[in-house]
Amino acid sequence: MLNALLVMIGLAVALGAVLGFASLKFKVEGNPLVEKVDAILPQIQCGQCGFPGCKPYAEAIASGKAAINLCAPGGEAVMKRLADLLGVEPQPLAAEAARPKPKQVALIDEQICIGCTLCFQACPVDAIVGAAKQVHTVLDSECTGCELCLPPCPVDCITMVPVEEGLNGWKWNYPVYPISDDARKDVEVTS
Amino acid sequence: MRTLHPFHGGIHPPEHKSQSTRQGIAAAPLPARLVVPLRQHNGNPARPVVAVGDHVLKGQMIGAPEGFISAAVHAPASGRVMAIEMQPIPHPSGLPDVSVVLEPDGEERWIERQAIDYRAIDPADLRNRLRDAGVVGLGGAVFPSHIKLDASGLETLVINAAECEPYITCDDMLMRERAAEVVQGIAIMQHVMAAREVLIGIEDNKPEAISAMQAACQGSGFEVVTVPTLYPSGSAKQLIKLLTGKEVPSGALAPQVGVQCFNVATAYTIHRAVNHGEPVISRIVTLTGNMEEPRNYEVLIGTPVGELVKVAKPRADTSGYLMGGPMMGLPLTDPGVPVVKATNCIIATSAELFPPPPRAMPCIRCTRCAQACPADLQPQELFWFAKAKNFAKAQEYQLFDCIECGCCNYVCPSHIPLVQFYRFAKSEIHAQERDRKASERARERHEFREFRLEREKQEKAAKHAAKAAQAAASPDGGSGDEAAAKKAAIQAAIDRAKAKKAAVTPQNVDDLPPEAQAKIDEIEERRTHARESAGQAAAVQKSDEGQGAS
Ligand code: SF4
Ligand code: SF4
Ligand code: SF4
Ligand code: SF4
Repeated sequence: MLNALLVMIGLAVALGAVLGFASLKFKVEGNPLVEKVDAILPQIQCGQCGFPGCKPYAEAIASGKAAINLCAPGGEAVMKRLADLLGVEPQPLAAEAARPKPKQVALIDEQICIGCTLCFQACPVDAIVGAAKQVHTVLDSECTGCELCLPPCPVDCITMVPVEEGLNGWKWNYPVYPISDDARKDVEVTS
Repeated sequence: MRTLHPFHGGIHPPEHKSQSTRQGIAAAPLPARLVVPLRQHNGNPARPVVAVGDHVLKGQMIGAPEGFISAAVHAPASGRVMAIEMQPIPHPSGLPDVSVVLEPDGEERWIERQAIDYRAIDPADLRNRLRDAGVVGLGGAVFPSHIKLDASGLETLVINAAECEPYITCDDMLMRERAAEVVQGIAIMQHVMAAREVLIGIEDNKPEAISAMQAACQGSGFEVVTVPTLYPSGSAKQLIKLLTGKEVPSGALAPQVGVQCFNVATAYTIHRAVNHGEPVISRIVTLTGNMEEPRNYEVLIGTPVGELVKVAKPRADTSGYLMGGPMMGLPLTDPGVPVVKATNCIIATSAELFPPPPRAMPCIRCTRCAQACPADLQPQELFWFAKAKNFAKAQEYQLFDCIECGCCNYVCPSHIPLVQFYRFAKSEIHAQERDRKASERARERHEFREFRLEREKQEKAAKHAAKAAQAAASPDGGSGDEAAAKKAAIQAAIDRAKAKKAAVTPQNVDDLPPEAQAKIDEIEERRTHARESAGQAAAVQKSDEGQGAS
C-alpha cells in the first residue's frame, strides 16, 4: 500500500517536473492564434476592415474584439476559413465588405507626378519607388491594389487599373449543366 | 510472355479507329498562311527571334526557348513573317496568345540540316540540342522532352504506343509505316538515359503496328509488349503499372521508381532531330469523325484547322470540331485555330455521332465511377467536395491524382459532368496557391516596412540625442566661420521652403461643402498656432545660443 502510494507520488512529481520543463522550454512566442488568423488574411493592408492593416485586424479577431466578416478583399472565402479556424458559424459579409473588386494595381501617370513622395509614404508594402522630386513608379508585381496611395496624391495622378489575367491566370468556370426536371422519378428508375 | 499488372478500373468505349486507317499517311497541302503559337509546350513560352518582314527558311528557329522549362519553335515552311501578334490558339479559355504569322513562299527551302553523332557528344549537350529542336512530348502533355531525358541509370524506359483513346490512329499509322525510324529514336533515348530495359506498350487492337514494331526491334533488345485494349492504358502512370507493376506514388514523378515514359511519336521526332537535323515542324494528325475521307495526314504546325479539314471532306451536317479524342479532347470554338504540337486528332462532330448528353440527375452514390476510375479515386466524393468548393477535402481525397480521363463521366448513370468539376477545383486550388504566395510576399514586405519605419524613428531619435549631447558638451556652440555658414545655409533652406509653400495652391478647394471648409479653416488655424509657437521657441533658442556664444 505504502509502496503504491510512493510510486504514485513519485510519478506525479516526475511528470510535473517534465511538464514544467516543457512549458518553459517550448514556450510559444507571441500569440499563435494571431499568426494563424493573419495567415488567412489576404495581406492587402488596405484597412477596409477598419484596422490599420491585416495584422491589427488579426489581433482583434484573435482577442474576440472584431467580427470575422469585415475583410472586403478576402471576401467570402476568407470569412469561411476564419469561421473554420475559430470554430464559429460563418456570417454574411458586412455591407461594406460584400462587393468584391477585381484584382487591380496602381498606375502613376509619370507625366503628371511631381515627385512629392506622399504616395510612397502611404504604401503599406513599399511597392512605390521614387525619391523626392523624382518621378515615382509602381512595382506591379508587389502592389496589392489597396488604393491607399490614391488619397494622398496632391495631383491625382494615380489610377487603379484592373489586372489582365491572361492565359497564366485563367481558371475553369464552375460547371453549369442542365438538370433533369423529373430527376427524382428518374433516379428511382435507374437505381 | 511478360506478366502484366492490370491497373484499377478502365472502360471499353467504342473504338471508331478502323475508318482512318484504310489509307496510309498523306502529306497535307501547304496552307496559304501559317499561325505558329510561341507557347506550344508546358512551361515558358518561347521568345520570338524574328522580326516582321523577315524572310525565314523552313526549319529556322523563330522562337527561342526561354528559361529551363521551355522549348524552341520553328518556321514550318520557308516564307515571310507577316506578323507577330495575338492569335486564337487551341485552349479551353478561348484566349488568344502570341503567335508568329507566316506566309509560305512555296519554295520549301530548308535551313542547313546537320545530323548529330549522339554517341560522340555529352548527354547534356544532346539535351540542349533537343530543346533547340523544339522536341516536346507529342502524346498530348507537350512537356519539353529534354527535361524528362535528364534521368540516368534508369531501370525501365517505357514507350507509350497504347493509343487508347477512340478515333485516334496517328501513332498506329506512324508505327505501321515508320517503325524503323521510331526504333532509332528509342535507341537515342536509351543511350541518353542508360536505361536497362526498354518496353514498348501497344494495345492489341493494332496488330499491324505490333508486327511492324516487332520486326524493327529485331536485335535491338527492345521488347514490344501487347497490352489488352482498355481505356486509359495510354495514360503514363497506368501504362507504367501495367508493364512494370510499379506504382508511381501520388505527387511523385516516374523516375523516382526508376521508370521514364515517352510517347512513340516523340521517339520519332527525336530521331528526325538527331539523325537528320530536322526540328519539329510537322506532326501526324488523324482527321476523322463525320468526314467523307477520314485519314492520317502529316501536317505542318500552324496550319489552320478550318483549312486542314477540307482535305478529308467533312460532311454537310458537321456541327463542329474536336481537337484530340472524344474522351479528353477540346471542342474548338474557332476553326481558325492552328494545329499545334499537341494536336493528334481532329474529329468532325455531328448530332448523330455525338448526341448531346442527357440531362444530369443527382448522384445516387452507386460508386460505378469509383469502379471505373483508373487512378483508384472516389470520384463521387471528389464531385461532392468540388461542388461544395471544399477544396481542402478534395485534395485530401487525392484530387491531383485525377488524370481527367473521363471514365467516371462515361459510366455515370446520372450523366453528371464530373470531370468539369475536377478541372474547376484544380484550377481554383492553383489560383489560391498563387494568391497565397502573393499575400505571403505582401506580408513580408509590410513587416519589413514596419521594421524600417521603426528603425528610422530610432535613428532619428539617436541623432537628436547625440546633437543635444554635443551642444551641451561644447558651450561655445562652435563659434567661427563654420557655424555661421551652417546657420546661413539652414536659413536659406527655410526661406526656400517658405517661398515654395506660398507658391503651392491648394487643390480641389472650389465649391467645398461648408463642413469641409470649416475643417480646413480649423486646420489652418492650428497651423498658424503651431508656426507661431515654433517661431517663439526658435527665438528663445536663438537668444539662448546668443548668450552661450557671447
Ligand atoms: S480589409 Fe482585409 S486585406 Fe484589408 S487590411 Fe483588413 S484584413 Fe487586410
Ligand atoms: S502602390 Fe498604392 S495600391 Fe499598390 S500597394 Fe502601394 S499603396 Fe496600395
Ligand atoms: S457514377 Fe455517378 S451517380 Fe454513381 S456514384 Fe458516381 S457520380 Fe454518383
Ligand atoms: S476523370 Fe479522374 S476521377 Fe474520373 S475516372 Fe478519370 S482519373 Fe478517376
